[in-house]
Amino acid sequence: MTARPIIELRNLSKSFGAVQALRGIDATIREGEFFSLLGPSGCGKTTLLRMIAGFEAPSGGSIVIDGKPMDGIPANHRPTNMVFQSYAIFPHLSVAGNVGYGLKRKKLSRAEIAAEVEAALEKVDLAGYGSRAAHELSGGQRQRVALARALVMRPKVVLLDEPLSALDKKLREQMQVELRALQQSLGITFILVTHDQEEALIMSDRIAVMFDGQIAQMASPEELYRTPRTRRVASFIGVMNFLPARMKGESPEGIEIDIPALGSARIPRDRVPEGLRPERIESIGIRPEMLTILFDEANSAEREAEGQVVANSYYGDMTYYDVRLAGQEAQVTISMRNTAGRSVARPGTTVRVGWGAESVVLFD
Amino acid sequence: MALKLSSQERQGLTLISPTLLYALVMLAAPLLMVATFSFWTQNYLEIDRTLTLDNYRAAWGEPIYQVLLARSLRISVIVTVATVLLAFPVAYFLSFHVKKRKALWLFLITVPFWTSYLLRVFLWKVILGYNGVLNSALLNLGLIDEPLTFILYNANAVVLTLAHAWAPFAILPIFVALEKIDRSLLEAAEDLGDGPVRRFFRVTLPLAMPGVVAATLIVLIPTVGDFITPKLVGGTDGLMIANMIQIQFGKANNAPLGAALAVTSMLTVAAISLIVFLAGRRLGGRVKP
Ligand SMILES: Nc1ncnc2c1ncn2[C@@H]1O[C@H](COP(=O)(O)OP(=O)(O)OP(=O)(O)O)[C@@H](O)[C@H]1O
Ligand SMILES: [Mg+2]
Repeated sequence: MTARPIIELRNLSKSFGAVQALRGIDATIREGEFFSLLGPSGCGKTTLLRMIAGFEAPSGGSIVIDGKPMDGIPANHRPTNMVFQSYAIFPHLSVAGNVGYGLKRKKLSRAEIAAEVEAALEKVDLAGYGSRAAHELSGGQRQRVALARALVMRPKVVLLDEPLSALDKKLREQMQVELRALQQSLGITFILVTHDQEEALIMSDRIAVMFDGQIAQMASPEELYRTPRTRRVASFIGVMNFLPARMKGESPEGIEIDIPALGSARIPRDRVPEGLRPERIESIGIRPEMLTILFDEANSAEREAEGQVVANSYYGDMTYYDVRLAGQEAQVTISMRNTAGRSVARPGTTVRVGWGAESVVLFD
Repeated sequence: MALKLSSQERQGLTLISPTLLYALVMLAAPLLMVATFSFWTQNYLEIDRTLTLDNYRAAWGEPIYQVLLARSLRISVIVTVATVLLAFPVAYFLSFHVKKRKALWLFLITVPFWTSYLLRVFLWKVILGYNGVLNSALLNLGLIDEPLTFILYNANAVVLTLAHAWAPFAILPIFVALEKIDRSLLEAAEDLGDGPVRRFFRVTLPLAMPGVVAATLIVLIPTVGDFITPKLVGGTDGLMIANMIQIQFGKANNAPLGAALAVTSMLTVAAISLIVFLAGRRLGGRVKP
C-alpha cells in the first residue's frame, strides 16, 4: 500500500460558466490501485475523469500524471486511456480495427499489430472476434472491445466512466468480478466512475465519495462502510439508521454517549474518528445488521432495548424489519438472517432489540 | 420461398406505396416511352416503328454528340467537385462550431431559394457580363484595363452558376451526416493518440461519407442534364448534351435521335453514380447505424 503515486490532483476546480462542477479536489492515486469515484448524479465524477483524460481543461489547480504536470497536454499525448460510457466503438471498423486503432500510430508492422490485437482480445475473452463488425456485438462484448482497445495501448492509467451501467444486472455483476480480476492480474491503475455504491465497494481498493463537486471522504471500502465521516456519506453507502444522541462525558478510554432511543454507551477511543468534536454530536449511526432482534428468551445481548415491529420486508435469505423503539418516535431498520425454525415476526409484535457500543458510528 | 419482411419494413413499404405508385406512373412510363422511341426512326412527319440501332450509332459515333456529352460530364464533374469541396467546410462549421441557433443558419442557407432559379441565373449575367458588376468594379479599381470576357458565355460561367445553385443541396446531406456522428467517437480517436488531422481522416470523414456520396450524386446527376444554365450563360462553348436533346425533340424534329441521346446520357450518369456510390462505400467502410 505504499506504492508510488501515479496521479496527483492538487486543489483542482472546474466551472462551466456559472456552474461550479468541481472545487478543491485533492487526491493522490497510487500505482496499481483500483480507485473509484462514487457519488450521486451531477456531483462531477465524469468531469473529473474527463479532466484527467485531457478532454476538459481545469479552471484551477493541477494534475500530475506519472510525475509530469499535465497543463496544456492534450488527450492524445497523455498516458491514459478511456473506456467511454457509450463505449464509442468505431462503427466503420471491425473489432480488430477498433482494438488496433491506437497502435497504427506506433511504429509497428502489420503482423505485430495483429498479434497485439489478438493478445488484447484474449485478455478480455474475445479471442477470434477480430473480424466481426462493430454492429454484430452484444452490449457486453462492446464493453470488452472498448476495454481491449484501451488496454492494448499499455496505458499508465485506465479511465472507466460507468462502464457497466448499460448492462443488465446479471451481466453487470459478472463483469464487476471479471474487471476486478483483470485489473489485479495486469497491475494497471484503474479509475472507475460509478454512482452504484455496491459496485464501488465490490471492485475498489479505495473509493472517493463525492458530493457537489467535492470529495466528502476517501477511504477503503471497509473503512468507508464502517466509519463514514458524515451523515451524507453514511446514508449514501449502504443503509444506516440515524438516532438522536448527545455526549455525556469524555474520558481517556472513550466517549460517553446518551442515545435516548437505545440507552447510553461508552464508545471506545479507536471508534472515535480523528478530528471529531464530541460536543457537537447530535446523532449517531448504526447499521441494520449491527442490531439484532432477540427472538429467544434465552438470547441476550450486551445491551438491549424494547420495540415494536412496524413493517417487514422479506428477501428470502434475509428479512428487514422496521422497528419502533419503545417510548420513542425513533424507528430503526434491522436486518436478520432467516433461520429454519423461525417464522417472520408480524407487524405489531413486541420485540427485544440487542445492540453493542462498538457498532455505533459517530459524526459531528 | 416467400419474401420475408420485418414488420418495420412492411410498415415502411405501406407508408411509401402511394408515392411509389405515383413515381412508377409518372417516372417509369415516360422513361419507357423514351427508351422505345430511341429504337424508331423519324421520317419527316411520321415515325417508322421498325426497330433499329441507327440512332445509337449516330449518338455514339458522331463527334458532335461525343463532344457535347464529354463537355457535359466535364462541367458537371467540375461543378460537383467544387460544390462538395466548398460545401464540406460549411457543413463542418455548422455542425461542429455553431453552438447556438443552428436552425437559423440552416434557414439562411436556404435564402437563395426564395427567388426563382431563372432570376438567379440572370443575376449572374448581371454580375459576370461585359459591362457587369464584376468587370466595372475591377475596371474602376484599376486592376484590369479592359473587361474580362472569359467569365460569361462559356463553360466557366456555367460552372460558377451551377455551383452556386447547388451548394445548399450539397451542404444539407453532409451536415446531417456530420450531426449524426457520435462526439464520443472523436474523443475516443483523440484518446487513442490521434491529433485533429488524423482524426478527421480516420473517423470524421469515413463517417461523413454517406453524406458526401449523397451530396455528390445530388449535384452530379441533375447537372449533367441541365439545359437552362448553359443556354443562358453558356454561349456556344458552354452548350451541353441536354441542349442538343432539346434541339432534336424540337427544332430538328428528330425525337428518336433525341431519345437515343437521352438514354445514352442517362446510362452514362447511372454508371458514374454507381462508381461514386461504390467508392463511397469503400472509403466509408462498413458503416451501419
Ligand atoms: N459541458 C458542460 N457544460 C456545462 N455544464 C456542464 C458540462 N459538463 C458538466 N456540466 C455540469 O457539471 C456538473 C457535473 O457534471 P458531471 O457530468 O461531471 O456529473 P456526474 O457526476 O458525472 O453525473 P452523472 O452520474 O449523472 O453522470 C453538472 O451540474 C453538470 O450539469
Ligand atoms: Mg457522468
